[in-house]
Amino acid sequence: MLLREVEYAKPGSIAEALELLASNDGARALAGGQTLINVMKARAASPDMLVDLNGLEELRGIELAGDGTLTIGAMTTYTELMGSAEAKARPILGEVCATIADVQVRNRGTIGGNVCSNDPTNHLPPLMVAVGARMTIAGAAGEREVPAEEFFLGVYLTAAGPGELLTRIAVPAGKKDGFAAVTLGADGTCICNAAASVNGSVRVALGCVDAVPVLVAADSPDGVADAVRAANLMPPSDVHASSDYRTHLAAVLATRAAQEAAAR
Amino acid sequence: MSELRLTVNGGEHVLDAPVGTSLAHVLREELGLTGTKIACNEGHCGACTVQIDGVPRLSCITLAHTVEGEVTTIEGLREHPLVDAFVRADAVQCGYCTPGQVVSAAALVAANPEPTREEIRHAMAGNICRCGTYPKIEEAILSWQG
Repeated sequence: MLLREVEYAKPGSIAEALELLASNDGARALAGGQTLINVMKARAASPDMLVDLNGLEELRGIELAGDGTLTIGAMTTYTELMGSAEAKARPILGEVCATIADVQVRNRGTIGGNVCSNDPTNHLPPLMVAVGARMTIAGAAGEREVPAEEFFLGVYLTAAGPGELLTRIAVPAGKKDGFAAVTLGADGTCICNAAASVNGSVRVALGCVDAVPVLVAADSPDGVADAVRAANLMPPSDVHASSDYRTHLAAVLATRAAQEAAAR
Repeated sequence: MSELRLTVNGGEHVLDAPVGTSLAHVLREELGLTGTKIACNEGHCGACTVQIDGVPRLSCITLAHTVEGEVTTIEGLREHPLVDAFVRADAVQCGYCTPGQVVSAAALVAANPEPTREEIRHAMAGNICRCGTYPKIEEAILSWQG
Protein backbone atom coordinates (compact mmCIF):
# COMPACT_ATOMS: atom_id res chain seq x y z
CA MET A 1 0.00 0.00 0.00
CA LEU A 2 1.83 3.03 -1.25
CA LEU A 3 -0.95 5.56 -1.29
CA ARG A 4 -2.99 6.79 1.57
CA GLU A 5 -6.41 5.18 1.19
CA VAL A 6 -8.71 7.37 -0.85
CA GLU A 7 -12.34 7.26 -1.85
CA TYR A 8 -13.01 6.31 -5.41
CA ALA A 9 -15.87 7.24 -7.67
CA LYS A 10 -16.44 6.48 -11.32
CA PRO A 11 -19.15 8.80 -12.60
CA GLY A 12 -21.20 7.92 -15.67
CA SER A 13 -21.74 11.48 -16.91
CA ILE A 14 -19.97 14.84 -16.93
CA ALA A 15 -22.77 16.26 -14.78
CA GLU A 16 -22.20 13.56 -12.17
CA ALA A 17 -18.44 14.13 -12.26
CA LEU A 18 -18.90 17.87 -11.74
CA GLU A 19 -21.26 17.24 -8.84
CA LEU A 20 -18.72 14.89 -7.19
CA LEU A 21 -15.88 17.39 -7.69
CA ALA A 22 -17.93 20.33 -6.41
CA SER A 23 -19.36 18.60 -3.34
CA ASN A 24 -16.11 17.03 -2.06
CA ASP A 25 -13.40 19.50 -1.08
CA GLY A 26 -10.59 16.97 -1.38
CA ALA A 27 -11.74 15.48 -4.69
CA ARG A 28 -9.44 15.36 -7.69
CA ALA A 29 -10.20 14.25 -11.22
CA LEU A 30 -8.27 11.15 -12.32
CA ALA A 31 -7.55 11.03 -16.05
CA GLY A 32 -4.76 8.67 -17.17
CA GLY A 33 -3.03 8.87 -13.79
CA GLN A 34 0.46 8.93 -15.33
CA THR A 35 1.21 12.09 -13.35
CA LEU A 36 -1.34 12.11 -10.53
CA ILE A 37 -0.58 8.65 -9.16
CA ASN A 38 3.12 9.51 -8.92
CA VAL A 39 2.35 12.85 -7.32
CA MET A 40 0.21 11.00 -4.76
CA LYS A 41 2.94 8.44 -4.13
CA ALA A 42 5.36 11.28 -3.45
CA ARG A 43 2.73 12.75 -1.09
CA ALA A 44 2.96 15.96 -3.07
CA ALA A 45 -0.82 15.76 -3.41
CA SER A 46 -3.15 13.92 -1.11
CA PRO A 47 -6.71 13.97 -2.42
CA ASP A 48 -9.48 12.42 -0.34
CA MET A 49 -11.40 11.25 -3.35
CA LEU A 50 -10.46 10.25 -6.88
CA VAL A 51 -13.11 10.96 -9.50
CA ASP A 52 -12.17 8.57 -12.30
CA LEU A 53 -13.04 10.09 -15.69
CA ASN A 54 -12.36 6.90 -17.64
CA GLY A 55 -16.05 5.99 -17.93
CA LEU A 56 -16.99 9.24 -19.65
CA GLU A 57 -17.37 8.57 -23.36
CA GLU A 58 -18.41 12.24 -23.76
CA LEU A 59 -14.79 13.17 -23.09
CA ARG A 60 -13.39 10.95 -25.85
CA GLY A 61 -13.14 11.22 -29.58
CA ILE A 62 -11.64 13.50 -32.21
CA GLU A 63 -13.79 15.36 -34.72
CA LEU A 64 -12.79 17.30 -37.80
CA ALA A 65 -15.19 20.08 -38.80
CA GLY A 66 -15.69 21.39 -42.33
CA ASP A 67 -13.54 24.48 -41.64
CA GLY A 68 -10.64 22.27 -40.52
CA THR A 69 -11.14 22.80 -36.78
CA LEU A 70 -10.21 19.72 -34.78
CA THR A 71 -12.11 19.06 -31.58
CA ILE A 72 -10.28 16.69 -29.25
CA GLY A 73 -11.95 15.16 -26.20
CA ALA A 74 -9.95 15.75 -23.02
CA MET A 75 -9.70 12.00 -22.26
CA THR A 76 -8.16 11.18 -25.65
CA THR A 77 -4.91 9.29 -25.08
CA TYR A 78 -1.67 10.17 -26.89
CA THR A 79 -1.85 6.79 -28.67
CA GLU A 80 -5.42 7.48 -29.85
CA LEU A 81 -4.42 10.90 -31.15
CA MET A 82 -1.37 9.48 -32.96
CA GLY A 83 -3.58 6.88 -34.68
CA SER A 84 -6.43 9.25 -35.56
CA ALA A 85 -7.02 9.94 -39.26
CA GLU A 86 -8.83 13.18 -38.35
CA ALA A 87 -5.92 14.46 -36.21
CA LYS A 88 -3.64 14.27 -39.28
CA ALA A 89 -5.32 17.51 -40.33
CA ARG A 90 -2.89 19.22 -37.92
CA PRO A 91 0.10 16.86 -38.20
CA ILE A 92 2.20 18.43 -35.44
CA LEU A 93 -0.22 17.12 -32.79
CA GLY A 94 0.46 13.45 -33.46
CA GLU A 95 4.14 14.08 -34.13
CA VAL A 96 4.66 15.67 -30.72
CA CYS A 97 2.53 13.07 -28.91
CA ALA A 98 4.77 10.35 -30.40
CA THR A 99 7.73 11.84 -28.50
CA ILE A 100 6.07 11.94 -25.08
CA ALA A 101 7.57 9.45 -22.61
CA ASP A 102 7.11 5.87 -23.87
CA VAL A 103 4.57 3.46 -25.31
CA GLN A 104 3.14 2.48 -21.93
CA VAL A 105 2.60 6.08 -20.85
CA ARG A 106 1.21 7.07 -24.28
CA ASN A 107 -1.32 4.24 -24.05
CA ARG A 108 -2.73 5.67 -20.86
CA GLY A 109 -1.81 9.35 -20.60
CA THR A 110 -4.36 11.83 -21.91
CA ILE A 111 -4.27 15.14 -23.75
CA GLY A 112 -6.44 16.72 -21.06
CA GLY A 113 -4.28 15.35 -18.26
CA ASN A 114 -1.13 16.72 -19.89
CA VAL A 115 -2.47 20.27 -20.13
CA CYS A 116 -4.35 20.26 -16.81
CA SER A 117 -1.33 19.03 -14.83
CA ASN A 118 0.57 21.96 -16.43
CA ASP A 119 3.98 20.74 -15.42
CA PRO A 120 6.22 23.41 -17.03
CA THR A 121 8.28 20.64 -18.68
CA ASN A 122 5.25 19.11 -20.44
CA HIS A 123 5.12 19.11 -24.23
CA LEU A 124 1.52 20.13 -24.83
CA PRO A 125 1.12 23.46 -22.99
CA PRO A 126 3.50 25.35 -25.36
CA LEU A 127 2.11 23.45 -28.36
CA MET A 128 -1.47 24.41 -27.47
CA VAL A 129 -0.44 28.06 -27.11
CA ALA A 130 1.49 28.07 -30.40
CA VAL A 131 -1.37 26.58 -32.44
CA GLY A 132 -3.94 28.88 -30.83
CA ALA A 133 -6.03 26.12 -29.22
CA ARG A 134 -9.22 26.94 -27.32
CA MET A 135 -10.06 25.02 -24.16
CA THR A 136 -13.64 24.28 -23.11
CA ILE A 137 -14.15 24.12 -19.36
CA ALA A 138 -17.34 22.75 -17.79
CA GLY A 139 -18.54 23.71 -14.33
CA ALA A 140 -21.68 24.19 -12.29
CA ALA A 141 -22.48 27.36 -14.24
CA GLY A 142 -22.16 25.67 -17.63
CA GLU A 143 -19.39 25.74 -20.21
CA ARG A 144 -16.91 28.47 -21.04
CA GLU A 145 -14.15 28.65 -23.62
CA VAL A 146 -10.67 29.91 -22.73
CA PRO A 147 -7.85 30.53 -25.23
CA ALA A 148 -4.75 28.43 -24.50
CA GLU A 149 -2.65 31.49 -23.66
CA GLU A 150 -5.07 32.31 -20.82
CA PHE A 151 -5.53 28.68 -19.71
CA PHE A 152 -2.11 28.13 -18.13
CA LEU A 153 -1.93 30.16 -14.94
CA GLY A 154 1.01 28.78 -12.95
CA VAL A 155 2.97 25.66 -12.11
CA TYR A 156 0.34 22.85 -11.87
CA LEU A 157 -2.33 25.54 -12.09
CA THR A 158 -4.80 26.20 -14.92
CA ALA A 159 -8.04 28.06 -15.59
CA ALA A 160 -9.91 24.80 -14.86
CA GLY A 161 -10.48 25.52 -11.18
CA PRO A 162 -11.84 23.41 -8.31
CA GLY A 163 -15.12 21.76 -9.26
CA GLU A 164 -14.46 22.24 -12.97
CA LEU A 165 -13.35 19.96 -15.79
CA LEU A 166 -11.60 20.54 -19.08
CA THR A 167 -13.90 18.75 -21.53
CA ARG A 168 -12.40 19.37 -24.97
CA ILE A 169 -9.77 21.26 -26.90
CA ALA A 170 -10.43 22.93 -30.26
CA VAL A 171 -7.46 23.38 -32.58
CA PRO A 172 -7.93 25.57 -35.66
CA ALA A 173 -6.84 24.45 -39.13
CA GLY A 174 -3.19 24.80 -40.04
CA LYS A 175 -0.15 22.83 -41.14
CA LYS A 176 2.84 25.13 -40.79
CA ASP A 177 3.94 24.08 -37.31
CA GLY A 178 7.20 22.97 -35.73
CA PHE A 179 8.40 21.63 -32.41
CA ALA A 180 11.92 21.34 -31.01
CA ALA A 181 13.16 20.16 -27.63
CA VAL A 182 16.25 19.14 -25.76
CA THR A 183 15.28 16.19 -23.59
CA LEU A 184 16.68 13.76 -21.05
CA GLY A 185 17.04 10.68 -23.25
CA ALA A 186 15.46 10.35 -26.69
CA ASP A 187 11.84 10.87 -25.64
CA GLY A 188 12.37 11.98 -22.07
CA THR A 189 11.48 14.97 -19.95
CA CYS A 190 12.10 18.30 -21.67
CA ILE A 191 14.95 20.51 -20.45
CA CYS A 192 13.68 23.20 -22.80
CA ASN A 193 11.16 23.08 -25.63
CA ALA A 194 9.60 25.35 -28.23
CA ALA A 195 6.50 25.07 -30.39
CA ALA A 196 6.11 27.30 -33.44
CA SER A 197 3.32 28.08 -35.84
CA VAL A 198 3.57 30.21 -38.97
CA ASN A 199 0.52 32.09 -40.19
CA GLY A 200 1.94 35.14 -41.90
CA SER A 201 4.08 35.96 -38.88
CA VAL A 202 5.81 33.43 -36.62
CA ARG A 203 4.34 32.57 -33.23
CA VAL A 204 6.57 30.61 -30.83
CA ALA A 205 5.65 29.32 -27.37
CA LEU A 206 8.54 28.32 -25.10
CA GLY A 207 8.28 25.64 -22.43
CA CYS A 208 10.41 24.92 -19.33
CA VAL A 209 11.55 28.54 -19.01
CA ASP A 210 8.77 29.90 -16.80
CA ALA A 211 5.73 28.69 -14.86
CA VAL A 212 3.61 28.96 -17.99
CA PRO A 213 4.44 28.90 -21.72
CA VAL A 214 6.08 32.13 -22.88
CA LEU A 215 4.73 33.43 -26.18
CA VAL A 216 7.00 35.40 -28.52
CA ALA A 217 6.33 36.61 -32.06
CA ALA A 218 8.52 37.55 -35.00
CA ASP A 219 8.07 38.44 -38.66
CA SER A 220 10.21 35.52 -39.84
CA PRO A 221 12.23 32.61 -38.40
CA ASP A 222 15.36 34.79 -38.71
CA GLY A 223 13.94 37.19 -36.14
CA VAL A 224 12.92 34.57 -33.60
CA ALA A 225 16.20 34.34 -31.67
CA ASP A 226 16.23 38.12 -31.12
CA ALA A 227 12.59 38.02 -30.03
CA VAL A 228 13.42 35.32 -27.47
CA ARG A 229 16.36 37.37 -26.15
CA ALA A 230 14.13 40.44 -25.89
CA ALA A 231 11.73 38.45 -23.70
CA ASN A 232 14.33 38.61 -20.89
CA LEU A 233 13.69 35.06 -19.77
CA MET A 234 14.66 34.11 -16.23
CA PRO A 235 14.34 30.32 -16.38
CA PRO A 236 14.99 28.19 -13.29
CA SER A 237 18.26 26.34 -12.68
CA ASP A 238 18.12 22.70 -11.69
CA VAL A 239 20.23 19.55 -11.78
CA HIS A 240 19.71 19.24 -15.55
CA ALA A 241 20.49 22.76 -16.72
CA SER A 242 21.49 26.14 -15.43
CA SER A 243 19.35 29.18 -16.02
CA ASP A 244 21.90 30.51 -18.52
CA TYR A 245 21.92 27.25 -20.48
CA ARG A 246 18.11 27.17 -20.63
CA THR A 247 18.12 30.77 -21.86
CA HIS A 248 20.57 29.76 -24.60
CA LEU A 249 18.50 26.70 -25.51
CA ALA A 250 15.32 28.76 -25.70
CA ALA A 251 16.68 30.88 -28.55
CA VAL A 252 18.16 27.87 -30.36
CA LEU A 253 15.04 25.72 -30.06
CA ALA A 254 12.66 28.56 -30.93
CA THR A 255 14.63 29.10 -34.14
CA ARG A 256 14.63 25.37 -34.99
CA ALA A 257 10.89 25.09 -34.38
CA ALA A 258 10.21 28.22 -36.45
CA GLN A 259 12.38 26.98 -39.33
CA GLU A 260 10.59 23.61 -39.30
CA ALA A 261 7.22 25.39 -39.32
CA ALA A 262 8.18 27.74 -42.15
CA ALA A 263 9.55 24.90 -44.28
CA ARG A 264 6.21 23.04 -44.41
CA MET B 1 -11.37 -1.82 1.77
CA SER B 2 -13.26 -2.07 -1.43
CA GLU B 3 -14.16 -4.96 -3.70
CA LEU B 4 -11.91 -5.50 -6.66
CA ARG B 5 -12.68 -7.70 -9.66
CA LEU B 6 -9.82 -8.59 -11.97
CA THR B 7 -9.38 -10.93 -14.90
CA VAL B 8 -5.75 -12.02 -15.03
CA ASN B 9 -4.36 -14.46 -17.59
CA GLY B 10 -7.88 -15.79 -18.19
CA GLY B 11 -8.73 -16.32 -14.51
CA GLU B 12 -11.30 -14.30 -12.60
CA HIS B 13 -10.44 -12.92 -9.16
CA VAL B 14 -12.58 -11.12 -6.60
CA LEU B 15 -10.63 -9.57 -3.74
CA ASP B 16 -10.78 -6.81 -1.21
CA ALA B 17 -8.17 -4.08 -1.35
CA PRO B 18 -7.96 -0.45 -0.29
CA VAL B 19 -8.44 2.05 -3.10
CA GLY B 20 -4.97 3.35 -3.83
CA THR B 21 -3.43 -0.12 -4.21
CA SER B 22 -1.48 -0.42 -7.44
CA LEU B 23 -2.16 -3.19 -9.92
CA ALA B 24 1.48 -4.31 -9.54
CA HIS B 25 1.01 -4.73 -5.79
CA VAL B 26 -2.18 -6.76 -6.21
CA LEU B 27 -0.57 -9.02 -8.83
CA ARG B 28 2.48 -9.72 -6.68
CA GLU B 29 1.18 -9.68 -3.12
CA GLU B 30 -2.44 -10.81 -3.48
CA LEU B 31 -2.29 -13.12 -6.49
CA GLY B 32 1.30 -14.35 -6.08
CA LEU B 33 2.17 -13.44 -9.69
CA THR B 34 5.70 -12.29 -8.87
CA GLY B 35 6.89 -12.34 -12.49
CA THR B 36 5.76 -8.73 -12.72
CA LYS B 37 8.60 -6.72 -11.17
CA ILE B 38 8.58 -3.42 -9.34
CA ALA B 39 11.81 -1.48 -9.78
CA CYS B 40 11.47 2.33 -9.90
CA ASN B 41 7.82 2.19 -8.75
CA GLU B 42 7.17 5.52 -10.43
CA GLY B 43 6.39 4.60 -14.00
CA HIS B 44 9.76 5.28 -15.58
CA CYS B 45 11.49 1.93 -15.97
CA GLY B 46 8.92 -0.46 -17.47
CA ALA B 47 9.78 -3.46 -15.25
CA CYS B 48 6.13 -3.59 -14.11
CA THR B 49 4.70 -3.63 -17.65
CA VAL B 50 1.60 -5.79 -18.13
CA GLN B 51 -0.93 -5.84 -20.95
CA ILE B 52 -4.49 -4.69 -20.41
CA ASP B 53 -6.58 -5.89 -23.36
CA GLY B 54 -3.31 -6.42 -25.22
CA VAL B 55 -2.02 -2.89 -24.64
CA PRO B 56 1.19 -2.39 -22.59
CA ARG B 57 0.59 -0.45 -19.41
CA LEU B 58 2.59 0.37 -16.29
CA SER B 59 1.06 -1.62 -13.44
CA CYS B 60 2.94 0.29 -10.72
CA ILE B 61 1.11 3.52 -11.55
CA THR B 62 -2.21 1.91 -12.41
CA LEU B 63 -4.69 1.79 -9.56
CA ALA B 64 -6.09 -1.71 -9.36
CA HIS B 65 -9.65 -0.44 -8.94
CA THR B 66 -9.50 1.45 -12.24
CA VAL B 67 -8.71 -1.66 -14.27
CA GLU B 68 -11.34 -2.85 -16.72
CA GLY B 69 -10.44 -5.46 -19.27
CA GLU B 70 -8.17 -8.45 -19.28
CA VAL B 71 -4.76 -8.31 -17.65
CA THR B 72 -1.97 -10.41 -19.15
CA THR B 73 1.23 -10.79 -17.15
CA ILE B 74 4.46 -12.59 -18.02
CA GLU B 75 2.94 -15.72 -16.45
CA GLY B 76 0.30 -15.61 -19.18
CA LEU B 77 2.99 -15.50 -21.89
CA ARG B 78 4.90 -18.66 -20.89
CA GLU B 79 4.27 -20.28 -24.27
CA HIS B 80 5.01 -17.17 -26.32
CA PRO B 81 7.83 -17.76 -28.85
CA LEU B 82 9.47 -14.55 -27.61
CA VAL B 83 10.49 -16.31 -24.40
CA ASP B 84 12.60 -18.79 -26.40
CA ALA B 85 13.86 -15.98 -28.61
CA PHE B 86 15.14 -14.08 -25.55
CA VAL B 87 16.96 -17.24 -24.38
CA ARG B 88 18.44 -17.95 -27.83
CA ALA B 89 19.66 -14.36 -28.17
CA ASP B 90 20.97 -14.39 -24.58
CA ALA B 91 18.98 -11.17 -24.10
CA VAL B 92 19.31 -11.28 -20.34
CA GLN B 93 21.93 -10.34 -17.82
CA CYS B 94 20.50 -9.89 -14.33
CA GLY B 95 17.02 -10.63 -15.66
CA TYR B 96 15.06 -8.22 -13.53
CA CYS B 97 13.70 -6.18 -16.45
CA THR B 98 13.12 -9.23 -18.66
CA PRO B 99 9.44 -9.94 -17.81
CA GLY B 100 8.53 -6.35 -18.68
CA GLN B 101 10.65 -6.51 -21.85
CA VAL B 102 8.85 -9.68 -23.01
CA VAL B 103 5.39 -8.27 -22.21
CA SER B 104 6.14 -5.08 -24.21
CA ALA B 105 7.72 -7.06 -27.06
CA ALA B 106 4.71 -9.41 -27.22
CA ALA B 107 2.39 -6.43 -27.74
CA LEU B 108 4.74 -5.03 -30.38
CA VAL B 109 4.92 -8.22 -32.48
CA ALA B 110 1.16 -8.82 -32.13
CA ALA B 111 0.59 -5.47 -33.86
CA ASN B 112 3.62 -5.61 -36.13
CA PRO B 113 5.07 -9.13 -36.63
CA GLU B 114 8.17 -7.93 -38.49
CA PRO B 115 9.26 -4.69 -36.86
CA THR B 116 12.36 -2.87 -38.06
CA ARG B 117 15.16 -1.97 -35.65
CA GLU B 118 13.87 1.60 -35.55
CA GLU B 119 10.35 0.43 -34.73
CA ILE B 120 11.69 -1.87 -32.02
CA ARG B 121 13.68 0.94 -30.44
CA HIS B 122 10.67 3.26 -30.44
CA ALA B 123 8.26 0.62 -29.09
CA MET B 124 10.67 -0.65 -26.43
CA ALA B 125 11.88 2.74 -25.19
CA GLY B 126 9.73 2.41 -22.08
CA ASN B 127 11.62 -0.66 -20.86
CA ILE B 128 14.95 0.16 -19.33
CA CYS B 129 17.68 -2.51 -19.03
CA ARG B 130 20.26 -1.28 -16.57
CA CYS B 131 22.63 -4.08 -17.62
CA GLY B 132 22.56 -2.73 -21.16
CA THR B 133 21.41 -5.83 -23.05
CA TYR B 134 19.55 -3.71 -25.62
CA PRO B 135 21.36 -5.07 -28.71
CA LYS B 136 20.48 -8.62 -27.70
CA ILE B 137 16.88 -7.66 -26.92
CA GLU B 138 16.68 -6.24 -30.44
CA GLU B 139 18.10 -9.49 -31.84
CA ALA B 140 15.55 -11.50 -29.85
CA ILE B 141 12.65 -9.46 -31.21
CA LEU B 142 14.02 -9.50 -34.79
CA SER B 143 14.28 -13.31 -34.64
CA TRP B 144 11.19 -14.12 -32.55
CA GLN B 145 9.55 -16.19 -35.29
CA GLY B 146 12.48 -18.63 -35.20
